[in-house]
Amino acid sequence: MNPSYRIERWTTASRISVWVFALLFLAACFLSQSGNDSLLSRGVVLFVYVLLAATWNALAGFAGLMSVGQQAFFGLGAYFAIRLSDSGVPVFAAMGLSAIIVAALSWPMSIVMLRLKDGEFAIGMWVLASLCHLLVNLDPLIQGETGISLIALNAYDPETRRVILFLFALVSTTAVLGFLFFLLQSRFGTALQAIRDNDEAAGSLGVNVLKAKRLIFVFAAFGGAIAGALWLGANISFQPKTYFGVQWSAYMIFMVLVGGIGTFEGAILGAIVFFIIETFFAAFGVWYLIGLGTAAIVFSLVFPQGIWGTVVRKWNLHLLPIGRRLSISNEK
Amino acid sequence: MMGLLVQGVLLGGYYAILAAGLAFLYSVMGIINLAHGALAVVAAYMLLLFSQMTGMSPFVGLLLVLPAMAVIGVIVERGIFEPSSRGGPLLAVLATFGMSVVIDNLLFQQFGANTQSLANFIGDLSWDSWDLGGGLYVGKISVYTFLTAVFVLGGLQLLLTFTPVGRAIRATAQDSDTAGLIGLDARRIRMISSAIAFITIGIAGAALGMRSSFSPYAGGALLLFAFQATVIGGTATVWGTLIGGIILGLAQTLGAQIAPQGFLIGGNLVFFAVLFIRLLRGDMNWRSVLRLNRKATQ
Repeated sequence: MNPSYRIERWTTASRISVWVFALLFLAACFLSQSGNDSLLSRGVVLFVYVLLAATWNALAGFAGLMSVGQQAFFGLGAYFAIRLSDSGVPVFAAMGLSAIIVAALSWPMSIVMLRLKDGEFAIGMWVLASLCHLLVNLDPLIQGETGISLIALNAYDPETRRVILFLFALVSTTAVLGFLFFLLQSRFGTALQAIRDNDEAAGSLGVNVLKAKRLIFVFAAFGGAIAGALWLGANISFQPKTYFGVQWSAYMIFMVLVGGIGTFEGAILGAIVFFIIETFFAAFGVWYLIGLGTAAIVFSLVFPQGIWGTVVRKWNLHLLPIGRRLSISNEK
Repeated sequence: MMGLLVQGVLLGGYYAILAAGLAFLYSVMGIINLAHGALAVVAAYMLLLFSQMTGMSPFVGLLLVLPAMAVIGVIVERGIFEPSSRGGPLLAVLATFGMSVVIDNLLFQQFGANTQSLANFIGDLSWDSWDLGGGLYVGKISVYTFLTAVFVLGGLQLLLTFTPVGRAIRATAQDSDTAGLIGLDARRIRMISSAIAFITIGIAGAALGMRSSFSPYAGGALLLFAFQATVIGGTATVWGTLIGGIILGLAQTLGAQIAPQGFLIGGNLVFFAVLFIRLLRGDMNWRSVLRLNRKATQ
């Protein structure tokens, strides 16, 4: 008997699911032409949630950085979109450009923030978000907490606007998820997971821990900023308080914890779960938020793998070919 | 100018009380409690309820509220801190953040959005001041708050250095397995530590309610102040917390002179400046309370 083994990355399940993702993308493109307004605007909301969950998961689940301050980038993304559009940049270009500016700004921020560990990093990010909020309020254009609207959007009639915004959201979400996917598939992804499990050990094996964390930090800032710009496009009005509010962090934590922290599929699943819960229960106001907080406590105490983590553990099901698996068969 | 400096320093005393519980929990249990601010607001509401129902001073209320906070501390340790820290420090961050969301919204559900204050129940004290001459006045309540901060921090220092419980807490913090070998019950020690931290949170809640006003969602800002004071002052002793509080208080008071928003911006900028200086100097040590005490035992 001679045991032989294969190392495989692609499985039947993952082949099917990549095709399903491609089909979903095409379906969404067709959907944008359907002219169903409420469907399109809810679609943008879902994309924003997916962006937030996926980037927070990249930070927390892969780089081991728990942040309760990602609203800094969400708010800045919306702010720079308004700022640029006010100075004459075409509105949708302003939204994209804004995310690039925020990503560039997050680079120097990361140098200071990444010195903090664990809980210190978490609250430190919150302080950063509060500083960004205060500084944005100083811009006379924003008029303090009164806020301002993205008036440039009025150049489009409501229907065209919705279609463009939906496609913009679709493309940017796909791009962010795609980038993350290839990142995780590469050598870098392996390094990241080593960092998540034990960053000191990873460092001793020659992984450049700080560089890897910095890349994810900037990536997450970019994703948060795009999400903020999209949210602005969907809601038009910009009031600093709503964009820089810590509730965004609560949503991100909820989505990722419930979906399954540290799994690519889990974050998307969490965003969908949150989207459904929000659709049906947001009207309950305070009790809805109490429920979200309770869920965060319960999941982190008794169910830290989340839904997808449990699926992976039980059935070893991977919808996306990110890890590699070993299959051993006994041959004579 | 002199008046501003005095004001800033006294404000710093308030931040030091606020930070004491956060720093204590972190240094002895390794837990960063994101519900810290929300819990101080809870204590303030408990004092308010007491005074509203009995008509007595909130100082009397402290006799009930501080033990209640200690009990809550034990419950939270058993229910949240201990189970979550078994899964690593990151889960504790998430669980305590969830706790803060729940507390904030429960308070809102119960008490509405109105801002409240304990100032009505402490008579003259809320507005009385001492004349220091030269047009310089200091509020009595600010001075008392500052003295309380010195008392609380000094008490923690004495407790950790000289009492058997304090020695046990330090031993468990350094190495809970070895502490267990020599017969210390780590679970009991953790419960005691948590109770002590929550008592200081209760005192912080009283200071909050008497000095100014509070509302259900005030907890987040309080957590940030406490955290900033702790990080800024994080040098060699328990007194680092007081120094951190004073620097934060001065930065905010001076910032407020420049612009209305300068109060918060000043504090935030000092916080990041301190982080940046540490970055350049390459030392980043926040658990130094323990280090000092280790020296003291040697």
